Amino acid sequence: MDAAQLFNWVRGSGLQLAVFIFLLGTVWRLIEIYGLGRKPDLAEPRHVPGASGWHTLWHRSIPIPGMMQRAGLTYIAGYGFHIGLVAVVLLFAPHIRLIRELTGLSWPALPSPFVDLLAVMTLAAMLVVLAERLHQPVKRFLSTFEDWFTWALTFLPVLTGYLAARHLLLPYTLTLSLHILSVELLLVLLPFTKLFHVFTIWPSRWFNGDASGRKGVAV
Amino acid sequence: MSASLSRAVNVLKEVIDAPIASYFASCVHCGLCAEACLFYTETGEPKYTPIHKLEPLRRVYLQEYTLIGRLLKWVGLSKPLSDAELAQWQPLVYDSCTMCGRCSMVCPVGNDIVYMIRKLREGMAIAGHAPAGVAAATRRTIEIGSPMGVKLSALKAQIGHIEAVTGLPVPLDQEGAEYMVLLSSMEIINFPEYLSAITRIMKQAGKTWTLCSTAFEATNSGIQIGVSDLARVIVLRIVEAAERLKVQTVISPECGHAFTALRWEGPNLIGRPYGFKVKHILEVLDELRAQGLLKTQGFGDKRLTFHDPCQLVRRGGVIEQPRNLMRMISSNFVETADPGKYNWCCGGGGGVSANDDAEAIRLIAFKRKKTQLDAVKPDQLVTACANCRIVLEEGLEHYQMNLPVVGLTEMIADHLVSD
Ligand code: SF4
Ligand code: SF4
Repeated sequence: MDAAQLFNWVRGSGLQLAVFIFLLGTVWRLIEIYGLGRKPDLAEPRHVPGASGWHTLWHRSIPIPGMMQRAGLTYIAGYGFHIGLVAVVLLFAPHIRLIRELTGLSWPALPSPFVDLLAVMTLAAMLVVLAERLHQPVKRFLSTFEDWFTWALTFLPVLTGYLAARHLLLPYTLTLSLHILSVELLLVLLPFTKLFHVFTIWPSRWFNGDASGRKGVAV
Repeated sequence: MSASLSRAVNVLKEVIDAPIASYFASCVHCGLCAEACLFYTETGEPKYTPIHKLEPLRRVYLQEYTLIGRLLKWVGLSKPLSDAELAQWQPLVYDSCTMCGRCSMVCPVGNDIVYMIRKLREGMAIAGHAPAGVAAATRRTIEIGSPMGVKLSALKAQIGHIEAVTGLPVPLDQEGAEYMVLLSSMEIINFPEYLSAITRIMKQAGKTWTLCSTAFEATNSGIQIGVSDLARVIVLRIVEAAERLKVQTVISPECGHAFTALRWEGPNLIGRPYGFKVKHILEVLDELRAQGLLKTQGFGDKRLTFHDPCQLVRRGGVIEQPRNLMRMISSNFVETADPGKYNWCCGGGGGVSANDDAEAIRLIAFKRKKTQLDAVKPDQLVTACANCRIVLEEGLEHYQMNLPVVGLTEMIADHLVSD
C-alpha cells in the first residue's frame, strides 16, 4: 500500500469502519451500564436550593477548597489538556469542514496560528500529565497498562495533527493519513477503555449530586 | 469457590447498580480522591487511595456486567475474586475507611466512592471479612437491643438519677408525645449529661416528649459493618415503637451514623416511608431557637470551635444548625479550616472506633484533626456526636493536647435561661 492508497483507505472505508464500531460500542456500553437501573430512594428528601444532580454536573469541574494546594499540578495540567483538546478538535477550520460534510452543521473557526498554539499547549499539558503519572506515588500505584495505553491513544492524534498542520517531519499526505488513522484508533477503542468517561462522567456526576442533594448537601 | 465466597460474589452482584457501573466506567485513575482521604494524607501510603479500596467490587462488576470483562474471564486473562483477596482488603475497606464521604466530594468525574464502600461492605461482611469488634457490636444490638450491651434496667437507673437531680420527670412510653427521643449507647454509658440536657431543654421549650422502653437505642452498627438485614431489624424496632406511640417526630441522638441509618437508609431498608419525621437533635434545637422557645444566657469569652460529625454534616445536611446554636452559647466561636461539608473526619466513624484492628491507623489519621485544632487553638471543642467525642478525647489524649470536648446539646442545656 503506498501513501496515496493509505490516504484513500483512511478517508474512506477506514473512517466508516471506525465510526461504525464507535457508535455501536458506545450504544452497547451505555445500555450495559445504565440498563442496570437504580432503586428509588424512599427517604424523604430535603429541598435545598442548589443541591442537586444538575449542580454537581458543572460544579464538579471546580476543585473544593484546599485541593488546589494539595494537587495543583494535576488540576492545571488536567484543565490545560481537556480545554486544549476540545478547542483543537472543534475549532480548527479543517475539522469544522469535515463536520459540515458529515452533518451539515458548522460554526466559526479559530485562526490557525491560534490553534497551533493550543495544540502545543495540549501536548505540553499531556506531557506533564504523563510525567505526573510516572512520578506521583498514588498515580503510579493506580496505573495499569490501560492508563499508559489510553494516554498514547490520546496523544498521537494531537501530535500527528500538529505535524500535519505545520507540514513537519514527514510528507504531508503521510502525516495526514497517520493523523486520521490515530483518530480512528481512538474512536474504536474509546467505548471500551477509561476514555469512555467522556460519556459516563455526566451521569456519574449527576448520580452523586442527586444522592447528596436529596440530603440537602450541594457537592 | 467456597460457599462464603460465592455468597459474597452474589451479594456484590446484587448491589451493583447503574450508578456503580457508571462510576467504575468513569474512573480515570487521577488519584485525586487520595488527597481527600485522611488515611492517605496522614500516611502518604498509596494503598489508602479511596478508589483502590473498591478493587474487589470493581472486579466483580467487570467480570459480571461487562462484555469485555466476561470475555477476559473466559479466556483466563482476568482472575476471579478469591477469599484471600477479600481478607487482604479487610483492612482497607474497614480499618482505614470511616465512610466520611470526603472522597465523594472531590472525584472530578463525580464518583460517589463512599456509596460504593457501603455496598462493598455488604459482600465483605457476608463472607466473614468484617472486623470482629463491629460484628460483635451488631450482634449485641440484635440480641440485647444495644451495641454496647446496654439494657433497659441501665437506662431506668439513669432516668431515676436524672429525675432526682433535675427534679423533672423523664417520660417513658408516653403515647401521643410530640417527640420520641433516642439515645446512643455511648450516651447512656459515658455521657448521661445528654439525657439530662434533653429533659431540661424540653421543659423550657414546653414540648411533650418520651423515651420508649422497646426502642431507646439508635446506634446502628448494621450500617457500619454492612449487613442490611441486621440494620433493617434495628431500624424496624424504632419505626414500630414510634408508630405505636403515635409520636410526630423521632429525635436521632448526638450520633452521626445513627442519623444516617435512621434518616436516610431506614426507609430504604424497610421498603416504605415512615409515618413520622426523623430529625437530628440539632435540627430540633435549631427549630426551637427559631421559634423563640430556646433562650440561653451567660456567654463566656472562651474560644470555642465545632467539630463537624461527617454523617451529620456532609452526609446528613445538618450544616447551618450547629453554627446557629454555637452562637447561642459563645461570643467567641471560631471555625477550623475546611468547616461544614468540607470537614475532616475524627478518624473513628464507620465502625472504626469499635474496631480494635484499626486503633493504630486511627491514631495516625487523627493527626489531620490535630493539625486543624493546632491552627485555631480553641479553649474547648464542641461536637454533636458521642462517637466523635470519644474518638476526639482519645486522640487528644494520645497527642497530649489538653482540650476538653463537650456535646453541643449539653452546652445549650447548661446555658438555658433559668426561670
Ligand atoms: S469515605 Fe472518607 S475515609 Fe473512606 S475512603 Fe473516602 S475519604 Fe477515605
Ligand atoms: S478521584 Fe475519581 S477518577 Fe480520580 S482516581 Fe479517584 S475515583 Fe478515579
